[in-house]
Amino acid sequence: MSIITVQLGQCGNQIGYELFDVICNDFHSNGLCPRKENGLYQAASKERFFEETESGEFVSRAVLLDMEPKVISQTLSLAAHSGKWSYGEKSQFSQKQGSGNNWANGYCVHGPKHKDIIMNLVRKEAEKCDRLGGFVTIMSMAGGTGSGMGTFITSCLRDAYPTSLLLNEVIWPYGTGEVIVQNYNSILTLSHLYQSSDALLVHENDVIHKVCSQRMNIKQISFRDVNKVIAHQLGSVFQPAYTTDGATHYSRNPLGELMESLVPHPEFKMLGLRNIPQMSEHSLAYSTFTWHGLIKHLRQMLIANAKMEEGINWQVHLPTEVATRNSSLSAEQLFNRSVANLAIFRGKDIEGASSEGFRDPAMYTPWLPPDDSFSIWKTPRSFNKYEKSATLMSNSQGLLKPLDCIVGKAWNMFASKAYVHQYTKYGIEEEDFLQCFTTLEQIISSYSTL
Amino acid sequence: MEEGVVNEILQGPLRDLFDSTQFITDVSGSGNNWAVGHKLYGCQYREQIVEKLRRVAEQCDCLQCFFVIHSMGGGTGSGLGTFVLNVLEDEFPEVYRFVTSVYPSAEDDVITSPYNSVLAMRELTEHADCVLPIENQSLVDIVNKIHHMANSGKLGAVKPNSLVTSNKGGMKEGEKPFDAMNNIVANLLLNLTSSARFEGALNMDLNEISMNLVPFPHLHYLTSSLTPLYTLADVNVPTRRLDQMFSDAFNKDHQLIRADPKHSLYLACALMVRGNVHISDLRRNIERLKPSLQFVSWNQEGWKTSLCSVPPVGHTHSLLALANNTCVKPTFIDLRDRFTRLYRKKAHLHHYLQVDGMEQSSFTDAYSSLSSLIDEYNQLDAAKGVALPDPPRINIAV
Repeated sequence: MSIITVQLGQCGNQIGYELFDVICNDFHSNGLCPRKENGLYQAASKERFFEETESGEFVSRAVLLDMEPKVISQTLSLAAHSGKWSYGEKSQFSQKQGSGNNWANGYCVHGPKHKDIIMNLVRKEAEKCDRLGGFVTIMSMAGGTGSGMGTFITSCLRDAYPTSLLLNEVIWPYGTGEVIVQNYNSILTLSHLYQSSDALLVHENDVIHKVCSQRMNIKQISFRDVNKVIAHQLGSVFQPAYTTDGATHYSRNPLGELMESLVPHPEFKMLGLRNIPQMSEHSLAYSTFTWHGLIKHLRQMLIANAKMEEGINWQVHLPTEVATRNSSLSAEQLFNRSVANLAIFRGKDIEGASSEGFRDPAMYTPWLPPDDSFSIWKTPRSFNKYEKSATLMSNSQGLLKPLDCIVGKAWNMFASKAYVHQYTKYGIEEEDFLQCFTTLEQIISSYSTL
Repeated sequence: MEEGVVNEILQGPLRDLFDSTQFITDVSGSGNNWAVGHKLYGCQYREQIVEKLRRVAEQCDCLQCFFVIHSMGGGTGSGLGTFVLNVLEDEFPEVYRFVTSVYPSAEDDVITSPYNSVLAMRELTEHADCVLPIENQSLVDIVNKIHHMANSGKLGAVKPNSLVTSNKGGMKEGEKPFDAMNNIVANLLLNLTSSARFEGALNMDLNEISMNLVPFPHLHYLTSSLTPLYTLADVNVPTRRLDQMFSDAFNKDHQLIRADPKHSLYLACALMVRGNVHISDLRRNIERLKPSLQFVSWNQEGWKTSLCSVPPVGHTHSLLALANNTCVKPTFIDLRDRFTRLYRKKAHLHHYLQVDGMEQSSFTDAYSSLSSLIDEYNQLDAAKGVALPDPPRINIAV
């Protein structure tokens, strides 16, 4: 099945480009596996992300949207110069003037105004797919176009394709320093997406920035570096994998199986992503990994809620029977409880990888049968230069803290009515804000009491 | 409203840049009288102004913003300038209005400048989206400082074309006394629009400026600073110089109005960087500077940043810092005091009142508009340093 990627705003378009670049480079590598295996993998990967023209060129299944022209033209030319793939000639839409960091401008003005043209672009892209699996939209929460128009377009996609799956890849802004009204834009985005999207996959800029500095050893980190890490993580999820034991073909419905594994309840649809190992290409050449070691680290990252493999708190462990009975508030109470997890292992000697550590019922909420809480996808084909790599997608309490933080900051600002006039100008009233706060406090409460 | 300056431009080296049909001039000037500019000439030329605005607006495929550049003290700039601001609001309500206003110094040679400025202030407060106040004295100080540095030779050679005051790329020959000062303002506007004109890793459109920096409709006065003022020819300590650029931007000597943002309260701050600077440099410097700056309690993370990859001519990197800071208040209070001194004696009032449409209430209204603006800043200042408890969040029944 094919996935249509909708790239929105500056952030979405830049990450979208890096994603296709990673996927295409991965496609062209030998993957350190038998040729037959590689052939199956490549065929599945191609169907998902690219359309092959008669002359054998790869054209990405993407729609590029922005309210200003600079980023899109830059993205198109980067892709055209890759020599391996390009964007469709008529798959982009841009205007002259951006949304000015104003969610209301994107959602109430630009979105409705350009709805018909945009949905037409999407429809044309959808018609090119033999089998449409769903949509992945890439957008930031902080700005105006990605967040505001992205939210509007998501709800349009929901209306136009009620049976297709919708995954929103959402970039969580740096805690400070990008956009001053980012907390307002974020709460408006999150609360609205929660109504129309099937799942929200969240990447925090602060976390990725740390990965770049501490794991990748990059001295002067640019947005390009940050975006490459995000693209790598996304690729590690969306590239083909075997989703059941003994499967003879790669998963044909990756979005569907992903949602089935991770989103058992509409109240819980915030997904986080961890992957391991992550290091600079230079160090990678001198490193070897065992599945046992990787999985052990990944598991501890999950329960200690560490977002990367450095600085993991090994003191955190799951509560034992005794501790639960005494219900003491010790270290084990601080562990990160999950609704569901999905592990994806890629690479050599995959048969030796045991995922038993993730099946401990103590890790999960009690209301879901343990068998439904954990899924595993595998492939012996290695991904993007890593001989072995493991990715864990989680629906857990891991995003509770950043969410609570953003709602708190927005609420403080809202209490003094600062910047609200900028939103009422375009039709988002104080009551709308209050509605959003209520929705998000509800989500915080639900995840807290897992 | 006099021909001299406009004619000079028409005969100057930049004459080809201007459309000779797009001038409106009169012969007699406004006589340093806001009322003459705003009421008399305003009425008289309204249709011409609208027509010429329309004509030039029609040539734009995406009209985003008007820049109004004027002085506050005289008659034409302040009076007709703020009249034009009103016209723009009526005719193009969707288009942003950014105003660069040159405020008179205390020892200004125009006696009526307090009247003109306060009358104009009311219009700016009500009809502009953003105002960038500039004081002549600050520009003079910056020019002197650069002159001193360039000639003292203490720091080694200064690249001649790297001064903020240079008009490298321009065509003028033979500097005149105001040229250096005017070039600082020109560079301010160039940096302001650079992200809209060139590519960058983090773009910032003009509409993002008011969105991020104006939390309350009337508080749209932004102090600005440009750094570095010049580049040294020898390039030895690049990172330190980069960090120095950020530090200088918050120094009171680099502000384009006489104000000290470091010792006042920040509502919001934007850093617009050009050249070879990365997001990590920005983040490092924000972290470094944050402890020395006071931000309002509800906007502790009130930073907006942009990265534009093309530096100004002669530089490797540059920074324009825009701040919404209560440090503009002293300038306004000073203005109000000077206004009161004149108004108490009703001095020169008859010159204004004899203009059609000008009434005494215009003075009292302008005065109270300025006072309530000062009050808004006072209220924010009063909360400075006081740790308020966070407002209680919405409770969800489990």
